[in-house]
Amino acid sequence: MKNVKNMQKKARSPVIFPDGTRKFNTATSVIPGFGLSIGVTVTMLSFIVLIPLLSMFWSNSDLTLADFFATITRRRVLMSFAVSLETALIASLINMVMGLVMAWVLVRYEFPGKRLLDGMIELPFALPTVVAGMALTSLTTDNGLIGGFLERIGIGAPAYTRAGIVIAMIFVGIPFVVRSIQPVLEKVDRRAEEAAFIMGAGPACIFWRVIFPEIRPAMLVGFGLAFARSLGEYGSVVFIAGNQPYKTEIAPLLIMSELQEYDYASATAIALVMLIIAFFTLFVMNLIQSRAARRAGER
Amino acid sequence: MIEQKNKWVRRLLIGLTVAFLGLFLVVPLVFVLVQAFSRGLGVYWEAVSDTFAVQALVLTLVTVFTAVAVNTIFGLFAAWSLTRYRFFGRKILNTFIDLPLSVSPVIAGLIFLLTFGRFSPIYPLLTAAGIRVVYAIPGIILATIFVTFPYVSREIIPVLEARGTEEEEAAALMGAGGFTIFRRVTFPHIKWAFLYGIVLCAARALGEFGAVSVLSGRLRGRTLTLPLYIESLYQEYSYAPAFAVSSILVVLAILVLIIKTVLEYKGNKRGDL
Repeated sequence: MKNVKNMQKKARSPVIFPDGTRKFNTATSVIPGFGLSIGVTVTMLSFIVLIPLLSMFWSNSDLTLADFFATITRRRVLMSFAVSLETALIASLINMVMGLVMAWVLVRYEFPGKRLLDGMIELPFALPTVVAGMALTSLTTDNGLIGGFLERIGIGAPAYTRAGIVIAMIFVGIPFVVRSIQPVLEKVDRRAEEAAFIMGAGPACIFWRVIFPEIRPAMLVGFGLAFARSLGEYGSVVFIAGNQPYKTEIAPLLIMSELQEYDYASATAIALVMLIIAFFTLFVMNLIQSRAARRAGER
Repeated sequence: MIEQKNKWVRRLLIGLTVAFLGLFLVVPLVFVLVQAFSRGLGVYWEAVSDTFAVQALVLTLVTVFTAVAVNTIFGLFAAWSLTRYRFFGRKILNTFIDLPLSVSPVIAGLIFLLTFGRFSPIYPLLTAAGIRVVYAIPGIILATIFVTFPYVSREIIPVLEARGTEEEEAAALMGAGGFTIFRRVTFPHIKWAFLYGIVLCAARALGEFGAVSVLSGRLRGRTLTLPLYIESLYQEYSYAPAFAVSSILVVLAILVLIIKTVLEYKGNKRGDL
């Protein structure tokens, strides 16, 4: 790892030629094919990702700043942001705690069926969201298997309420948190734990003072990834949400209904706000990651 | 160390994990399969052999195949250029590639609607040429490519990054051309990561719903992919057929998980993943 870092550092500084011109060292690599590979990469990236994303700006030249604010401050729009943020936050917090428990179990314990559990974690990636959404909805309505039970004990069926949205978001977020924490937990130095144990620390103290600080950045990153995914999730939520304006209408659903009414400007305005939230989350995650990497590098 | 200290903490945590995963992953999976056969084999067979279901399956397979092909080509070129050379703007390029991961599928659909739809500056050109993108198959394929764009490159980049460039440099100094270096030196190291990326990309493309539902005209037999077809059945309250068709996707999902585990095992054994 250290070698790679040094190489990067060396490579980032410009090459200074004898006549004094500086050039970032694209030419210093002896490996052929730079022009072709960078050309294909940038072209495909531009046509498939960048230009379509930028179309949000040039296709809506009639969307003025005033219109933009008028749209995103409509009560229905504001409520959809509130519902989205609230449910995604609750789901990601539950996932973060359960993700820690699951990563811990998968890393630290040996028991029959462990490999099966480990292989199952990615199911939400592999299972189409529609199928998950339909199954979760049918299970949690008041005549479903789980919803019926909850209804009878007085909690109420989660389907078509915010609790239902949270359930769908927990489902899609599970792999992000577990897979962020797991590799970091595997690398935690056991000798520090042993040292703490010999010095008389109890299990709780060892966990909170020795292990937890090591995995905290990974937990936050997992939380952020799950949060970003939950916020944008559509397929599994659309069935279970009930989609009542002001109550169980999440922002992606509102974008969808604006599009069905051919109100592209409003849809774009809502989408822009969601993109800003998603990119901000991404930015914070990168910050946490690079800070953690730097701290690990210092040691 | 501390995990051996307490028997009941161990039991509690394992119990919690099994209960949580059981409730959120296993129960829904089993539920789909049970519902699929709830009206008997006859209804099941009728649902999955329905002409519209078969047409949806064909469209889905075409979409998955195209998305995987495009993203594989991109993934190889991107991973190669981002890890074999150091150049100005490399970090930004890396960030841009991951952008589709943080864009909501609905927004992914929206941007292609804006790029190629009625209000787009190039819309008159497209109509003049007789090309329909929005509410047609090209739109569905484009949105799927967008959503799965980084899947192959993301798996290869860390492997190449960790290996360094010494071997390729040595090969180049000995006079090997770019393609030979890739085929003989680089590719053997990234083989498992590469296959893993393709499997993930295919799985994601197979199930894509949000982006595709924005761009599909929802014409049965024409622009419905399998997930959209399942949704339309469900909205008509034909639950048993909806779950019957879903069971195909469930089986594929389980298959993906098995392949993934095998690839991870192979990659780990060789220390390349």
